[in-house]
Amino acid sequence: MEQKKETLLEIHDLTISFRMYDRLLEQRDLRVISDLHLTVRPGEVAAIAGSSGSGKSLLASAILGILPENAVVGGHLHYKGQELTPQLQARLRGSEIALVPQSVAFLDPLMKVGAQVDGHRRPRPVRRREELFRRLGLPEGTEDLYPFQLSGGMARRVLVSTALLSNAQLIIADEPTPGMGLEQALEALQMFRELADEGRAVVLITHDIDLAVAFADRVSVFYAGTTVETAPAADFRAGALRHPYSRALWRALPQNGFQPIGGFQPYAGDLPRGCLFAPRCPLAEEACRRRTPPVREVRGGEVRCFYGS
Amino acid sequence: MGRALGRLARRFFSYSVRIVTLLLAVSVISFALVTVSPIDPVQQYILGLGTAVSPEQRAEIEDYWGVDQPPAKRYLSWLGELLHGNLGQSALYRRPVADVIAERFVNSLALMLCAWVLAGVIGFALGCVMGVCHGRWPDRLLKGLCYLLSSVPTFWLGLVLLLVFAVALGWFPVGFSSPIGVRGEDVSLWQRLYHLALPALTLSLMSFASIALHTRQKLIGVLSSEYVLFARARGEGAWTILRRHGLRSILLPALTLQFASFAELFGGSVLAENVFSYPGLGSAVAAAGLNSDVPLLLGITLFSALFVCVGNLIANLLYGVVDPRIGTVEP
Ligand code: SF4
Repeated sequence: MEQKKETLLEIHDLTISFRMYDRLLEQRDLRVISDLHLTVRPGEVAAIAGSSGSGKSLLASAILGILPENAVVGGHLHYKGQELTPQLQARLRGSEIALVPQSVAFLDPLMKVGAQVDGHRRPRPVRRREELFRRLGLPEGTEDLYPFQLSGGMARRVLVSTALLSNAQLIIADEPTPGMGLEQALEALQMFRELADEGRAVVLITHDIDLAVAFADRVSVFYAGTTVETAPAADFRAGALRHPYSRALWRALPQNGFQPIGGFQPYAGDLPRGCLFAPRCPLAEEACRRRTPPVREVRGGEVRCFYGS
Repeated sequence: MGRALGRLARRFFSYSVRIVTLLLAVSVISFALVTVSPIDPVQQYILGLGTAVSPEQRAEIEDYWGVDQPPAKRYLSWLGELLHGNLGQSALYRRPVADVIAERFVNSLALMLCAWVLAGVIGFALGCVMGVCHGRWPDRLLKGLCYLLSSVPTFWLGLVLLLVFAVALGWFPVGFSSPIGVRGEDVSLWQRLYHLALPALTLSLMSFASIALHTRQKLIGVLSSEYVLFARARGEGAWTILRRHGLRSILLPALTLQFASFAELFGGSVLAENVFSYPGLGSAVAAAGLNSDVPLLLGITLFSALFVCVGNLIANLLYGVVDPRIGTVEP
């Protein structure tokens, strides 16, 4: 493999805020994602791992350009070297960039599965869909079911099939495993691994760092709306991490000692100044509370910490 | 498919039983009200005829009402006649009540149908616009209009329309269902529609607000759903989303609501018909009430109850058809 493959998606300093108005109609920006970095290359699974409810899903919406109207986006997004403008996003979503949502709730409850997977484009790709359903092991007649009639495993395959039918180069899987047993989760992630091995790029957004490390090439650790570290999956297994938070997160896993981290993630709207992890960081110093640490390249990974090594 | 039809038939049957029970209750209550009211139906009838009646005729009328019998027995014999299709004679129109209702109902039906369709179409379209523009000025403007119209009394609205369009502008006739001086058979469809327009508009303006607001609410819910987010992620535009996901989920509930609104429609038609002197059931019921035409009043009461019940029956049956989750047995 070449050392430096062409990147498919590059995100620099992505910041997402929501414009809110409080009682006195005073405008307030609620920042949910700050200075996020992410690079995705063809053939790889790039995971974003962080605790649930920390705004990771907004990242998918930002890439696709489907954030709510009151969202304000800053930073740079590039797809195949081109800046991702709203026009480009509108052209790419559903064709080159596909989202695999997390549950059957993302399917129209009143539309049969077949029509839904075919999508709105005409002519309907009926043939290819039938073939795809066979390949994914979906039983005959699945296309005539309504979403509520799908079993968990079928639903997941149906959701994946929407992305495959589009021939997307970039697949964003948003929390594909919650509520699944381990076996199901492994099967689901294996599907994404195979998609990447066929040359696509997969962004895996998940709360399960364990599974992320098992299937992804690189894992970005997400904390309080930013990526604090991006490291090859092997570094996690070897325990060679760069950021105090990712080290603590890794140690908190049951098989690694189960040492919990004190404190809580800060809420959007109540973010600390300087390094977002400073209030909980054992290594924090004066400088950390004053300035946001820059992203640094360390040992083939990226880390946002003054002292990361 | 066969099972679904079977289920539909069962539903239909159980609703029909309920309707019959309800109609019986309505007949008991309205009969009781007439009995305790100071009106003497026999006397009123004879007065209404305005001519002298022979003792035999009087005896016949008294027999129909069962004057000497206890109320329960009187009710039963009246009900018996009713079931044989004999609703009695209307003193006001000097014709069998059933005939009056049939003729008047055709007029009312034309009016209500026009208003119903108009209200449904306008309401649904405005609801869609409001839902899509949720929070922006078209939404706020139309929402205000809906609240305003739904709080304005029908007869007042009718009078305003009458004054503006019929009296001041002269665009529409002032009243009745056909031009004065033209024989019934010679009235053209166009003339009928022309006379119908203003009352129908009044009636629909009164009832479209609820359907519009309901559609708006439903559509806002759909558009903020996860499946619409996913549809957007797959590249569907606003119009495609409305067509593919929106209409599907809001059209039939709106239709259901429309069928369930027969009661308001009927109530509104009484007022609208009186304002526009439109010869429908609504004006007949007012005339029957004012002139103490008891058989006609009872007949229309029962008939309108049946009418509303049929609307609700259709609404209930539709509910089952609309949502596959209601109609299907778990796999
Ligand atoms: S920058 Fe400072 S506070 Fe932040 S993680 Fe690094 S050492 Fe801790």
